[in-house]
Amino acid sequence: MAELIAGKTGDWEMVIGLEVHAQVTSKSKLFSGAPTDFGAEPNTQVSLVDAAMPGMLPVLNGFVVEQAVKTGLGLNAQVNKRSVFERKNYFYPDLPQGYQISQFQHPIVGKGEIEIDLPDGTTKAIGVTRLHLEQDAGKSLHDQDPKRTFVDLNRSGVALMEIVSEPDMRSAEEAAAYVRKLRAILRYLGTCDGNMDEGSMRCDVNLSMRKPGAPLGTRCEIKNVNSIRFVMAAIEYEARRQIEILEDGGKIDQETRLWDTRQGVTRSMRSKEEAHDYRYFPDPDLLPLVLEDGLIERIKATLPELPDAKKHRFMGEWGLSAYDAGVLVAEQERAAFYEEVAKGRDPKLAANWTITELLGVLNREGKDLADSPVSAAKLGGLIDLISDNTISGRIAKEVFAEMVETGKEAAAIVEEKGLRQVVDTGAIDKLVDEVMAANQDKVAEYRGGKDKLFGFFVGQAMKVSGGKANPALLNETLKKKLAP
Amino acid sequence: MSLDNSTVAKIARLARIRVGADEQPHLASELNHVLGWIEQLSEVDTKGVEPMTSVAPMTQRLRPDQVALENDRDAVLANAPESVAGFYVVPKVVE
Amino acid sequence: MSAVDLTLAEALDRLAKKDISAVELTEAHLEQMAQHRSLNAYLVETPERALNEARASDERRAKGAAKPLDGIPLGIKDLFCTKGVETTAGSKILEGFVPTYESTVTANLWRDGAVMLGKLNMDEFAMGSSNMTSAYGPVENPWRRPGSNAKLVPGGSSGGSASAVAARMALGATGTDTGGSIRQPAAFCGIVGIKPTYGRCSRWGTIAFASSLDQAGPFARTVKDTAILLRSMSGFDPKDSTSVDMPVPDWAKDCVGNVKGMRIGIPRQYRMDGMPAEIDRVWTQGAQWLRDAGAEIVEIDLPHTKYALPTYYVVAPAECSSNLARYDGVRYGLRAEGASLTELYENSRAEGFGAEVKRRIMIGTYVLSAGYYDAYYLKAQQVRALIARDFTLAFEKCDAILTPTAPSSAFAMGEKMDDPIAMYLNDVFTVPASLAGLPGISVPAGLSDDGLPLGLQILGKPFDESGVFRVAQAIEDAAKFDAKPALLKVA
Repeated sequence: MAELIAGKTGDWEMVIGLEVHAQVTSKSKLFSGAPTDFGAEPNTQVSLVDAAMPGMLPVLNGFVVEQAVKTGLGLNAQVNKRSVFERKNYFYPDLPQGYQISQFQHPIVGKGEIEIDLPDGTTKAIGVTRLHLEQDAGKSLHDQDPKRTFVDLNRSGVALMEIVSEPDMRSAEEAAAYVRKLRAILRYLGTCDGNMDEGSMRCDVNLSMRKPGAPLGTRCEIKNVNSIRFVMAAIEYEARRQIEILEDGGKIDQETRLWDTRQGVTRSMRSKEEAHDYRYFPDPDLLPLVLEDGLIERIKATLPELPDAKKHRFMGEWGLSAYDAGVLVAEQERAAFYEEVAKGRDPKLAANWTITELLGVLNREGKDLADSPVSAAKLGGLIDLISDNTISGRIAKEVFAEMVETGKEAAAIVEEKGLRQVVDTGAIDKLVDEVMAANQDKVAEYRGGKDKLFGFFVGQAMKVSGGKANPALLNETLKKKLAP
Repeated sequence: MSLDNSTVAKIARLARIRVGADEQPHLASELNHVLGWIEQLSEVDTKGVEPMTSVAPMTQRLRPDQVALENDRDAVLANAPESVAGFYVVPKVVE
Repeated sequence: MSAVDLTLAEALDRLAKKDISAVELTEAHLEQMAQHRSLNAYLVETPERALNEARASDERRAKGAAKPLDGIPLGIKDLFCTKGVETTAGSKILEGFVPTYESTVTANLWRDGAVMLGKLNMDEFAMGSSNMTSAYGPVENPWRRPGSNAKLVPGGSSGGSASAVAARMALGATGTDTGGSIRQPAAFCGIVGIKPTYGRCSRWGTIAFASSLDQAGPFARTVKDTAILLRSMSGFDPKDSTSVDMPVPDWAKDCVGNVKGMRIGIPRQYRMDGMPAEIDRVWTQGAQWLRDAGAEIVEIDLPHTKYALPTYYVVAPAECSSNLARYDGVRYGLRAEGASLTELYENSRAEGFGAEVKRRIMIGTYVLSAGYYDAYYLKAQQVRALIARDFTLAFEKCDAILTPTAPSSAFAMGEKMDDPIAMYLNDVFTVPASLAGLPGISVPAGLSDDGLPLGLQILGKPFDESGVFRVAQAIEDAAKFDAKPALLKVA
């Protein structure tokens, strides 16, 4: 999917790497006992440690460490038994310590790999460079007052995993697929809720342009891109911007840029212009983190089946297409829902109904699977009625609409409305006869060679049956009777 | 190695300490004096020596993931030079 | 004899026998404090609180519920955060800062019934060896050279603590030691001060200077008194990741002076060029005392001693440059206005920090900065590992090490101020053990040629404070140091 962009001087190729900051799902912060709930009153979830009061010391949250290990395993990555927390020193009002405790030289997780699903059904492996634990900063509000910035430290010290990819992506779609897959894995693992609206997952995009086959160009980092849509938009914009500069004979400044959601542009961050010198060094308030023997194995044993494994199982065992399988495993609840529907039924039919009909409706109505008026069992019931020929596919859609409306069982609706399909040959014969009698002129034309009229007869007969005639049987009967 | 005025200015900037141009030469000579004395460390053969990372031969202890907030917002803001509606306040930051 | 001349152990004994009440003991010290305010040892006096605590202590004792330190009036170095009592670390940048929390070490003392007299002056952020860097003025040593009016420094950084205990303005005091800040002032003021093994005392709530070196410890006038205090101050604290989970022995029981069969190491490399004869004399005398008490004296080698100070002056400033970044005028402390945020930072920190603190922050910033990290910081941490290894090897040959505490007796205020390195050299004998995290005590051992106290330092294996106290007691017993500061003779 290396999509090339045509420029005045030829084709250009994007080189994209992503840094994703994922908030670790935990009750308390990385180094303090303050809660991590979203949306609290300002500075109410701040311990003395988070506010960097004099003499305060960090103590590491063991559960967060396990979450990072679990994530590392989910990314097929090397988990490092020994890692070191270092201080990244810089001044900012929402960074109370004057340094961020992070991992630099010795991260808890090293190289890994994830497989992304592309729209054409193919997959591509994207390398993960590393995953490390670090503290989140607080929040600076610049728009509350014309002259002042307000600082809320509720997020200060919340545990983040920074997951850095290799520069393996070549298009905005690939970047989007990477974020989607990463989010799915984190959600399957329960290590991050992946909620981009609440900032529990944030992306920094590294992008450079080059002529295909040429060495890497100078990159720009676009900070804080907070939805998949914006990731794609920011990449598209930034690629154009860089091509324009390069084709005009300019060169790219390696810099940090900000995605401006409102104007849909990236712009240079003035405050970050100053060359940074973070003066990393091991945090002397903390000791090297050494994972106890057996921890990795213990966590490995608790891993759920992850999206890729599930996808391959759906394709292998159940014969689903890569695309359908990919859609179904994108969310754990969805996959579970599907598996319940498919159990003991035609898996392809189950996939079709889950994806096209149910997800279609939910999507239109902006609902989650959790709010679905049609449960997996009920959808299964509907599929059963199709499979045993009680109703036709067409009637099934009608029944399904009613199920969405009322939440009733398919069988009940079919009984109530008398939608059971007509499979009695005598009844069908009668029906066909009726239609032929009413349209003798058309019968003559058909027999005279106007084959196209066959559809007309099907339609008429279906109409007379109230849509209930078994389509195969009806076809067969019509063919027989219309034959000259 | 000799630290000049511009390096002093750069360090002062990183450390967020205002150092006037008039103070730079004096500071530069003082820092050079101390750094020059530190330079004797280069005499020591440290090939293959693991740098010390912790004084006691211990590894990091872990705490359980429990919420334990012993202080309220008043304690957090008690010593703040300026606060409004529960926020700390600083001059406007331009991003 | 006045109540302020009691040792801490004697005072506990008298309190137990009801010969004296905690209120009487406290009042006597409050009076002494009022009388010697000119020493500038106390930054904050808390007389009302002290008397309330003393009354509560007497009530406990009357009910037979006395605790290990019940009714003992103490001074607290201003580096320990004390709830509701201004805590400044001797710096202008923390002027008016009132913690809403109590440091673990002081909380432990109050748990054991001690009474707080006030907060003690110190070098700004514990950076100094003379107490001259305090933003609240220098502290005076109660000692003077006979026949001289020159005011002497008490040493530093815990200068207020040492001066207060020497001047009988507290039965004991807390201090902190990063490179010698307990031991050197103890030596200068003719009292006892111990820095325990790194990890013994929690650092939680103690304002950080250099995290990998900072360690709290007590001052008192006898070895046993420091042993009693240290027991209360020590103990595992889950809030400090570097705190050690080990039982705390009753060290007072080790203060019996029995060193028979102990091997005492004398490090060759501590006999430095140009060492004053009086220092050498007291050191040799100390070794002889221990030999007389049945110890075996062995020469040992600590080959990297020479590099300890420069190593320290990379590691400590590096850590402090980062530890002190939080003083930015946003959440507490001094804020100097500025048109922009950066100006606010730069002005607040320029105004709030004194010259020595700024110098160390600048050095620390430099040695950590891009391109210099390996040459300075990494190198220093490697040399530090070698220094620690020197001690490990030396302790295969001996059980404790005897050295002078400082290369001179107390100097006059204003001396050694022109050259930072001359000041740094004060800590030449104390810094190596700090880098290795070892326990070290300073015990008064005699007087200099000009009549000022000189101290001997005993260093022990990690967590062997017991051995350190044993040797220290032997020195104390032999030295029979009973000289008094000039100030007390006048009074």
